[in-house]
Amino acid sequence: MSATLDPVAGAGSGAPAPTIASTGLTCPVPVATHAHVVLGHGSGGKLSARLFAERFWPRFGNPILGQQADAALLEVAAGTLAMSTDTFVVRPLEFPGGNIGDLAVNGTVNDLAMMGAEPRWLTCGFVLEEGLPLEVLDRVLEAMAAAARATGVTIVAGDTKVVERGKGDGIFINTTGIGMRRAGWAPAPDRIRPGDVVIASGPIGRHGTAILAARDDLGLVTTVTSDTAALWPLVDALHGACGDAVRALRDPTRGGVASTTNELAKSSGVGFRLDEASVPVPPDVTAACEMLGLDPMYVANEGVLVAVVAPEAAAAALAALRSHPLGAQAARIGAAIADHPGMVTMRTHVGGTRVVDMLPGDQLPRIC
Amino acid sequence: MKFLSEYRDPALAQALARRIRETATRQWTLMEVCGGQTHTIVRQGLDELLAGAVEMIHGPGCPVCVTPLEQIDRAVALATRDDVIFTSFGDMLRVPGSDCDLQQVRARGGQVRIVYSPLDALTIAERHPDKQVVFFAVGFETTAPANAMAVWQARMRGIRNFSVLVSHVTVPPAMEAILSAPDNRVQGFLAAGHVCAVMGWTEYEPIAARYRVPIVVTGFEPLDLLEGMLLCVEQLERGTHEVVNQYARAVTREGNAPAMRLIREVFELKDRQWRGIGTIPMSGLGLRPAYAEFDAERRFALEDIVASEPVECRAGAVLTGQLKPHQCPMFGTACTPERPMGAPMVSSEGACAAYYNYGRFRTARAAATAGAGT
Repeated sequence: MSATLDPVAGAGSGAPAPTIASTGLTCPVPVATHAHVVLGHGSGGKLSARLFAERFWPRFGNPILGQQADAALLEVAAGTLAMSTDTFVVRPLEFPGGNIGDLAVNGTVNDLAMMGAEPRWLTCGFVLEEGLPLEVLDRVLEAMAAAARATGVTIVAGDTKVVERGKGDGIFINTTGIGMRRAGWAPAPDRIRPGDVVIASGPIGRHGTAILAARDDLGLVTTVTSDTAALWPLVDALHGACGDAVRALRDPTRGGVASTTNELAKSSGVGFRLDEASVPVPPDVTAACEMLGLDPMYVANEGVLVAVVAPEAAAAALAALRSHPLGAQAARIGAAIADHPGMVTMRTHVGGTRVVDMLPGDQLPRIC
Repeated sequence: MKFLSEYRDPALAQALARRIRETATRQWTLMEVCGGQTHTIVRQGLDELLAGAVEMIHGPGCPVCVTPLEQIDRAVALATRDDVIFTSFGDMLRVPGSDCDLQQVRARGGQVRIVYSPLDALTIAERHPDKQVVFFAVGFETTAPANAMAVWQARMRGIRNFSVLVSHVTVPPAMEAILSAPDNRVQGFLAAGHVCAVMGWTEYEPIAARYRVPIVVTGFEPLDLLEGMLLCVEQLERGTHEVVNQYARAVTREGNAPAMRLIREVFELKDRQWRGIGTIPMSGLGLRPAYAEFDAERRFALEDIVASEPVECRAGAVLTGQLKPHQCPMFGTACTPERPMGAPMVSSEGACAAYYNYGRFRTARAAATAGAGT
């Protein structure tokens, strides 16, 4: 019987058990550098410390994170804090226009911004899958740091766990954000009144389309890129120009503009009437959605906001949005009305009317 | 977008709608055959532009909607097997079977994959020689050539772990079934442009002559549909009943000869069950004996799985135009897109779903007005 590496195979058969010498193996030396995430990176030991010191700290470092205590201590002036949490899972991790990193920062800070709160602090929890290339992690962290810088938010605490290969999808990220609400301003759906104007800050449908196209199982080639971006600068500009006349804000992420306007209609008790011809949809999004049998109104956005503003402030709001590159294509897409409360209708391209309802689930591609 | 916005021009649409209203001396009842056309009509609110001149009845041309319950149950049984990767077009995943749908099978660990083309399913079969890959071959004549191509290639390339669960139906027998029903209301047809792009329109000529109905081969964009309606209404006003072609940019009288050859090579006509309607003789396609080895029903002995449809679901009456979706007592209450009872509430092309998603405002308003009057 030949020597085998299986320790059980030789046992009980009378053959001598193989030794390390007989197999020609040498004593293993710990690998100093890794190209991939290994389980040890989540052990809390030296590998974890190195991961933090070499990859997280250089990008996220700041005095609060530098406290390295069990919790970050934040000094707060009087006022109202806004707090929001979101967990990010996306396939593929990297896509045209961004990656899971900037998505995880922008997603949470945008939720704060929609409440009229300036994003200040952020925590990040990472679940990494064993085998993730560290170069991918580097690019994700780089994007997170850039997004945090762009919106002025400080990363104050974090955590990393590693799960066995096959138990995760590369990277899952949870971010929790805290912001300071602007004094005297409380945008909320219950402030919407019939006659108010509905504005979209930019072209819709880009993020969801880019993600679908980036999944190679569809074999779809497009020029569409994700719109992932921090919206606070737009909110700041809107508030500066219109103040309290900005009644409500919402970022139309999952479910798109259709679902968002439905949520606003239901919680405000007014109806909305949209005008299909004035909804900004980029030509490449239109083309991809036509091919896939999807409706751009239901496709996710990550860098667009829907604002409902008092009618007398509409022109100032549009001008404020358009003064910022992110809002250059801002458009008035409809109005709040007293009719059909809680429901959204749309004047179609050809002049008919249809209901814009919530979807029961995901949009499914059509047969033909 | 080039070749798209041209067919959605609001001014032209309004002008066509006006011409239809001016041409019609009474209200005519037309049926659009295809679910894609239903989708455009309701999504764009075209029926609203033509009130009083044209009533549209939504035909049975949604492949998802007419796939019988039994075939869904068979698909579910296949997808549940450990040795099977089940592949399907996306909107079949939510069609309810007797117990569950394919989405739920996937959630429970079944391997169900959405593909855009049956040839993608064939590629999956090549990549997974240790698995049986089954493609759910549903649809009208439109999807038949590509599905036939997948089976033909599987045989040519010797891909033995590939098979198809076939539920193909054809349009002309369904039109005849509707026209010969004693309570038929349909006075003219907008035939499905994409079906005719494959098959041409010679099969429709005897139907138009026999039942004295005008048939207009029609496209799917708003201007296509409005022009199709106008051509149909003009014939009804004149008292003629010919087959005419509105969709000239895609359809010829003789159709696509290579595609038809491929269909005939792989498939043969057979009786088919239509969900909500019942069995229509020689209304569907099945694999020819030469390709029987690729028949999933045979390979996995599925013939024993039978099912009957819930009696409350009036999908049959909706699909044959006897009932408007919102006239069904289950509409919007027991049957919604979240919990569909019948397939027309599932697919975005289904008449019930189209009414629910795009038209509920109007039906709610009509109901409120009617309620106020009593």
